[in-house]
Amino acid sequence: MIWGVIQFPGSCDERDALYACEVASGEARMVWHEDRDLGGVDGVVVPGGFSYGDYLRAGAIARFAPAMEAVAEHAAAGKPVLGICNGFQVLCEAGLLPGALLRNVELRFICRQADLLDGDEILSIPMKHGEGRYYAPDAMLDELEAKGQVAYRYADGHNSNGSARDIAGVTNEAGNVLGLMPHPEHAVDPLTGSTDGLKVFQRLAEHA
Amino acid sequence: MKARVLIRPKEGILDPQGKAVERALPALGFEGVEHVRVGRMVELEAADPERLAELCEKLLANPLIEDYEIQTL
Repeated sequence: MIWGVIQFPGSCDERDALYACEVASGEARMVWHEDRDLGGVDGVVVPGGFSYGDYLRAGAIARFAPAMEAVAEHAAAGKPVLGICNGFQVLCEAGLLPGALLRNVELRFICRQADLLDGDEILSIPMKHGEGRYYAPDAMLDELEAKGQVAYRYADGHNSNGSARDIAGVTNEAGNVLGLMPHPEHAVDPLTGSTDGLKVFQRLAEHA
Repeated sequence: MKARVLIRPKEGILDPQGKAVERALPALGFEGVEHVRVGRMVELEAADPERLAELCEKLLANPLIEDYEIQTL
């Protein structure tokens, strides 16, 4: 499986994402935000950072980048798309994922290791963001839960941004588009304390 | 045509910025200020005012979390 990582002006985690993709599946390449062609990759990562300076709203401008048209087509074809942090915000703004990310409830930038629940399994993955409070109207949250689109929740005591129903990550209805605020690409090497992030990449591999 | 677009968090959505401002006011001697909400204001000149609402829906506001109000000047 070949991953492509979209690089926007203001991205800052694209190199870690590239490395994580290489660890997860062997091959990955960078895709420039002005490229309309993804170059035949199997999966796409929309990485973390501050694309277009977070102007207006985080992710609001990046969704109009030429590469995002290709990402939308890739998603519609049922192929894997992973949005991490700012990438999650971009996918929500683009309408590829439900909901929105709001300013953290305590207004502080949060940088800490978080426990995420993937069903009964606990993943230890770092988070670092100022606007990570997941929000959707109650009816939409009910629907997401009913359809199994809540991919990850913060474990007890780890929902430090105030996300609705402890939601850390969601998928689209088909399951091939996944977004989450924590950073699995920073948890793929024992050197940094956890390799649980690899499971997030592997989760999408079945859609390749 | 000149226009001003006011964008505010939807009713019922927690606005921590507004809360922080509200909590800071008594310390400065401003008592009795409540329900502070912080939003954004965009000023623009549009050749085709008919399309302003569409522009707000697609970019200036996120209709899921924000309301907008267009004022023509």
